[in-house]
Amino acid sequence: MLDVKAGDEASFELLLRKYRSPLVNFLYRMVRDRAHAEDLAQEVFLRVYRARQEYAPSAKFTTWMFRIATNLALNSVRDNRHRQMEISMDQPVESGEENPRVMEVPDRAPNVEQDLVARSRAEQIMKAIHALPEKQRAAVLLHKYQELDYGEIARVLQCSESALKSLLFRAYETLRADLAPLVSPTVRMQRVQVERGEQPA
Amino acid sequence: MFGKESSEKNCSAVESVLIEYLDGRAEPADRHAVEEHLKACASCRVRAEEFRSVWGALDDLPEIIPSPSFDAALHARIAAEPAPRRFWSFLPSPRLAFAFTALVVLSVWFSSGPRVMHPKVAQQDQPVVEAPGDSDFGMIRDLSVLENYDVVSKFDALSELPGPATAPAKEGTVETR
Repeated sequence: MLDVKAGDEASFELLLRKYRSPLVNFLYRMVRDRAHAEDLAQEVFLRVYRARQEYAPSAKFTTWMFRIATNLALNSVRDNRHRQMEISMDQPVESGEENPRVMEVPDRAPNVEQDLVARSRAEQIMKAIHALPEKQRAAVLLHKYQELDYGEIARVLQCSESALKSLLFRAYETLRADLAPLVSPTVRMQRVQVERGEQPA
Repeated sequence: MFGKESSEKNCSAVESVLIEYLDGRAEPADRHAVEEHLKACASCRVRAEEFRSVWGALDDLPEIIPSPSFDAALHARIAAEPAPRRFWSFLPSPRLAFAFTALVVLSVWFSSGPRVMHPKVAQQDQPVVEAPGDSDFGMIRDLSVLENYDVVSKFDALSELPGPATAPAKEGTVETR
């Protein structure tokens, strides 16, 4: 980023290549609308470009960039500036469009049935994440997918580390309930036993 | 942290460090204490397993691929940005900009220069507080007045000065000072 500040355009292109995908994915998981996520991601890069002369390395570049992204996403969610549409993985958009706006899932499973199961699972996870309050959602996405440390996430979310850990705990508590069907059967059985007051195996 | 308090307190204490423990980022003392508690508490043990299971499920969430037009759209937005304007942007070179800035600063400094040299000009609208001895200098300043003999001759003090030929004083008259 310091090279970008010095006017090196090639360095900006490097940043774009490195962070384009993580940024788009983070924003997509926040707003659950692909086109809007890309629009927000471009806005993040635009703001990074505009602020390049004033950039000071007081924090890591990723912390700074994700703070911009999180603020834009939180504002977007709260303002409801885009339609909160349910994206069905199998439902194409209105007829007339060449490419239906389906979620691109890497082709890990050649078996059609397994592929459908994988898509259904992904849809459940997205739904559960999106049901979280926006700040918990941002905390989980930054913790799980961006692998920022607690201090960095706390700076992005502008809260203390202890507040962040509390956010994460509450978020994962909610997710373990919402994603119970996806949890391993053994663990599900143990939960049932605990709730009955029995000692799980 | 995990002393001899009640089991409920220990569960609460574990909750505060469970995420760090599962992340592998807990301090050694906390890690040991959590492990000891999980051996004894089925509820916390199952919760820890559920959290691990959720994290595994989250790993299954596929990534989306940014559209091929992403970069082009971004570059178009950057190209449409107005050029940054700076107040010296009309000057062709940094040296001229520096010289211009220095000139402005010096002009401002000189125009608000020291007031001691021209006290009368500077503070005309404000009541002048005369320092002791100012009246003594007033006469010296107003030299044009001193040069006008008609005016000067009216000063009583000057009547003691020998003037041009004068008639002897009549008896009984009192000299005035």
